[in-house]
Amino acid sequence: MIEFLDNFWSVYSNLVLSLGTNALLALSIYLTLSCGMLAMANAAFMGIGAYTSSILTMNYGWPFPLAIAAGMAAPALVAFIIGRPTLRLSGVYLAMATLAFGEVVRLCILRAEGLTGGALGLNGIPQLTQWWHVLLAVVLVLFLLARLRRSKIGRAFEAIKEDETAAGLMGIDVNGHKMLAFALGAAIAGLGGVLNAHLTFFIGPQEFGFDRGVEILTMTILGGINSLFGPVIGAAIITLLPELLRSFKDYRAVANGLILVLIVLFLPKGLWNPAWMRKVAGLAKRGAK
Amino acid sequence: MSDLLKLTSVSRHFGGLKVLQDVSFAVKPGTISGLIGPNGAGKTTVFNLITGLLPPTTGDITLDGASLVGRKPHAITRSGVARTFQNIRIFKEMTLLENVIVGMHRHLDYGVPGLVFALPGYRAAEKRARDRARELLSWMKLDHKADDLADNLSYGAQRRLEIARALATEPRLLLLDEPVAGMNSTEKTELMREIVTIQGRGYTVFMIEHDMRFVMGLCERISVLNFGKIIAEGGPEQIRGDPQVIEAYLGREDDEVSVTPGDAR
Amino acid sequence: MLEQQLFNALSLGCVYALFALGFTLIFGVLGVVNLSQGAVFMLGAYAALTAINQLHAPLWAAIAFAFAFSGLVGLLIDRLLLKPLRKRDAPHLIPMIATIGLGLAMNSLVQGLFGAENQRFPSEVLPQDSLQIAGISVTVLELGIILVSFVLMTVLMLTLNRTQLGRALRAIAESPKAARLLGINVDGLFMLTSFVAAGLGGIAGVLIGLYSNALFPLMGQPMLHKGIAVIILGGMGDIRGAMLAGLFLGFAEVLSVAYIGSDMRDAVAFGLLFLVLLVRPKGLFGTVQERKV
Repeated sequence: MIEFLDNFWSVYSNLVLSLGTNALLALSIYLTLSCGMLAMANAAFMGIGAYTSSILTMNYGWPFPLAIAAGMAAPALVAFIIGRPTLRLSGVYLAMATLAFGEVVRLCILRAEGLTGGALGLNGIPQLTQWWHVLLAVVLVLFLLARLRRSKIGRAFEAIKEDETAAGLMGIDVNGHKMLAFALGAAIAGLGGVLNAHLTFFIGPQEFGFDRGVEILTMTILGGINSLFGPVIGAAIITLLPELLRSFKDYRAVANGLILVLIVLFLPKGLWNPAWMRKVAGLAKRGAK
Repeated sequence: MSDLLKLTSVSRHFGGLKVLQDVSFAVKPGTISGLIGPNGAGKTTVFNLITGLLPPTTGDITLDGASLVGRKPHAITRSGVARTFQNIRIFKEMTLLENVIVGMHRHLDYGVPGLVFALPGYRAAEKRARDRARELLSWMKLDHKADDLADNLSYGAQRRLEIARALATEPRLLLLDEPVAGMNSTEKTELMREIVTIQGRGYTVFMIEHDMRFVMGLCERISVLNFGKIIAEGGPEQIRGDPQVIEAYLGREDDEVSVTPGDAR
Repeated sequence: MLEQQLFNALSLGCVYALFALGFTLIFGVLGVVNLSQGAVFMLGAYAALTAINQLHAPLWAAIAFAFAFSGLVGLLIDRLLLKPLRKRDAPHLIPMIATIGLGLAMNSLVQGLFGAENQRFPSEVLPQDSLQIAGISVTVLELGIILVSFVLMTVLMLTLNRTQLGRALRAIAESPKAARLLGINVDGLFMLTSFVAAGLGGIAGVLIGLYSNALFPLMGQPMLHKGIAVIILGGMGDIRGAMLAGLFLGFAEVLSVAYIGSDMRDAVAFGLLFLVLLVRPKGLFGTVQERKV
């Protein structure tokens, strides 16, 4: 048994850990969505976290914990700067603006060749990520988000999501809360980026572009945004899918795109939907009688 | 007794359109006042100006002497002004209890460490909020539905929920925008009593309404707005008999101005 | 030389304006941000390429084919994806998310079919001559692009402002419900708008393919992002604003390439957007239109 687990781990450890980092990314989009914002820049924030921390560990020998902190602070700072003008926009305008800015970040990464290796990316990043880093990160983030949900901040997010104007008239600082969700989401995405970079020892700008952004979004929407477990489940499915359907590995992007379309059309509340599950459980109980 | 709310020569223009012109009136603390006028007279605009959703083109709006002009809506709410909306803006996906608790946002004083580690300060504040929310719901006779989704409520109940939520912000001034629109007469009479109770607890109420019976029955002081200008001001008796007011409403199908003031007491 | 640069900028700006128009039309009339428009743009270019290579069509026919093909794709997108979402009265973000997915799927599909390398229009097809006008060297290609763009934009503006059809479209843009009550065939006009907007995007794709002489599956992406910047700059849903902002962006881009360097040409749009949003949240020209349902 132990031997089986050992074998399993040596083959699949990267996959499982990727699942973890993807879960972090999905949760970061979930956070902004819970405040009514579709922030499409999270792949770029992931990239900022990845590059910042990798440069610090590779070139300057920073200890991992500090690099992690930097990899979370940097995207949060960028989010704060980008957020000032764009969070004033609402709904679709915000989504589009963040999508565009995500692209700018990617272009900047490409341009700053001296620092980032340009199109060739960074190679030889120390593989510092342990399994418990990822586990701890996911658990902590889940814990934090769960606590937020049960507090005045979580309620404020929900109120803003439903009706910004009414929320403002309840004494809620709408812009402040949006900025919090945006910057915190960026930090979480950065965390995912740091852990991922130090797992795969190579990162390149193409990993943090539009495709990635859509993939993360698909994970979140697939899993459903009604509960914290939704994004995690969505991340699990999207991460494991290419492994299960080996032949379709090349068409990963097509699959992601199509899944997004199909979910929106047929399963709008995602897979992990407490209401739907209660219904199914109810039906099952009746059937058992 | 000094004024709680005072509008001084307030105008609001949208380009060439003069929605409000030189509007001045005052609301005294602890009273129930009303703003009436034909449709399109600019009444909701007055509320939007007071709550900071729009800036006045000219003029000043003060709360207890301090100017509200130029301040953001959430800051104005924190100064003590709460409002309900003509087209009800409750949070449909939340329960009644949650809706009211949202109103208490600024009164829940715990920080991030408190909420993350479930410290006693957080727990006490949340409990206080839940208890207070139930109390406010009971004032509006909605406490038995506290855990229902707001979306499932009847129209009249949704209006009362909005009032409960507005009260949760601990306002000094409660602005009600057409509180009885769409209610039947039983509900209207019930709401009249609930508003008198609210006044009895020390709140100041200022409402926009079309239902004359309701307004005349409740309000001590009424201002009349027509085409963006105040055309009359005074107690219900005065307004009832004012020829300008009657002319403004001539030919309308509103309820007749034929109720004795003070009916609700 | 400045005049030369300005002229180059004009042709680029026209294509941007054309693309932005299609995008804005869909947003204005259908009330949806259709992020698959970038893929449609790319499909137009590839459709023209296929027409020329496989069917040996002349350039003008290839452009017409691109219009029809892209238009058809746009129509299908409306019928199969946008219409069910409309019926469901889904919140605005939902169609956006769905079109993001669709765009990605289309891009990747084309990549799978045609390969990721750059393709080009065969050189026989490209007009090679250039003229000398007032001291500037002007290629026939650039003139053609400017001409085609201007004709299309003029036709569009005239239709919107002077015809019954245009009035109907503007009514729908204000309020589809009200338009329906007035007896306007809203559903039919949604189909028409989707077709035309996608078709315009497809033509823009061919023109850019000719201008830069490079076709690749992801060519729609930078266009899409710039399109987004353009329509936010121009004030969402404002047709004239979109055209003006498109032209403006063309100029800004070419001038920055000439005087700063070409690495960051794609980022110029966003830099501008950032600056403008800081100062004027409603964009350069527009008032953000609130759509009444």
